Amino acid sequence: MIGIVDYGVGNLFSLRSSLDFLGLKSQVTGDPQVLRAADRIILPGVGAFGDAMEQLRRTGLVPLLEEESQKKPLLGICLGMQLLMEESCEYGIHKGLGFIPGRVASLEADLPDKALKIPHIGWNALHIVKDDPLLKDVREGEYMYYVHSFYATGCLESTLAVSDYGLPVTGAVRKGLVWGVQFHPEKSGEAGLRLLRAFGQLKGGI
Amino acid sequence: MITKRIIPCLDVKDGRVVKGTNFEGLRDLADPVEMARYYNAAGADELVFYDITASAQGRTIFTEILTRVAKEVFIPLTVGGGIRSLEDFDRVLKCGADKVSVNSGAIRNPGLIRQAAEKYGDQCVVLSCDVKRVDGQFILFAKGGRENTGIDALDWMVQGVQNGAGELVINSIDTDGVGGGFDLELLDLAASRVKAPIVASGGAGKQEDFAELFSHPGMDAGLAAGIFHTKKLEINTLKQYLRKNGVEVRL
Repeated sequence: MIGIVDYGVGNLFSLRSSLDFLGLKSQVTGDPQVLRAADRIILPGVGAFGDAMEQLRRTGLVPLLEEESQKKPLLGICLGMQLLMEESCEYGIHKGLGFIPGRVASLEADLPDKALKIPHIGWNALHIVKDDPLLKDVREGEYMYYVHSFYATGCLESTLAVSDYGLPVTGAVRKGLVWGVQFHPEKSGEAGLRLLRAFGQLKGGI
Repeated sequence: MITKRIIPCLDVKDGRVVKGTNFEGLRDLADPVEMARYYNAAGADELVFYDITASAQGRTIFTEILTRVAKEVFIPLTVGGGIRSLEDFDRVLKCGADKVSVNSGAIRNPGLIRQAAEKYGDQCVVLSCDVKRVDGQFILFAKGGRENTGIDALDWMVQGVQNGAGELVINSIDTDGVGGGFDLELLDLAASRVKAPIVASGGAGKQEDFAELFSHPGMDAGLAAGIFHTKKLEINTLKQYLRKNGVEVRL
């Protein structure tokens, strides 16, 4: 069973539907017992970093996530991936979970081509820079669906894949049993479903 | 780099897709769920559903359909039609919509865009504008293009984006249904005034129209209904043509 961390952020309809569609059992929960019993954990999220981190802290689940992320696969999606980093500069400096070294910065500030629109929204090709079991069924250059204005940077060592938006946008990261994707696999058609299926096949201790 | 998007639009009334559909090989020729499946397989980048029913019963059927689509089609879904309040946003987002398109509802209540953007984020709010030339000026129309609001359409778009609309759908009433190409004069003007993504609508009649659209800077997506529903143009064929002509698309 996949435990989807419920901390009151975001619309989980599509994520749950896509896991159902793949035959992967999931439960949206803030219950520590259920998250401990889960085989793997997904940390979803949309919205602003500071608010989301604050809400996540309020649930009291942060120490549990620290502990469980050492034992079983954890996947952060979109803002959920950004929360895995050490800090973000979205509307002030906010501390993140720090599971993956790196920080979250503003795309708008860093884009060399100011004609590019913000948010980075739409389908972008994913370029795989490091082979990984999460991406085993994703082909080089397949398109994923992104919606975001901030991005993870300074995480080169953990980076699995990037997309080009005037600069290399971190698309997927991994450190140990913690994975993160900036795009929305639950909205990325067949390619996204294959990635979620691969997540469902990851085992603890890989 | 980010791709140009091709978006079919489905007008749904009493649970059926209306407007000249000619879908051979499908069990039900106007079942929105079947059509969503078909378009997903054909390579649509996004789907837009317009609820054109007025009755409460029709509305319930619409949200049931949306839920069924969202349970098996995993690409972005935009929903419009009859969106007048935050409750309407809530209703369709809970059923699996990713973006909500407002049109007349924003004209009646301009505060709606800001409220919705603050609650759900800019990326969730699409401002759809029906525009027509009146005495050489681009004017905003309401109620499915039947009512002249007297509002300058370009000013309206600028204001909408300032208020938090994350995307604009610009439908030209003058070119709609003619099949002679998109209204590039209107679209260019819009692109020069706003930085939000622009979805062009109205006038697509052949694949060259899309190639021409995307040769103009600031155009992010092309939306059409009839040309896709009648299979006069298949999305996959269109995308291959576009790629051959140097337009980056998802294939």
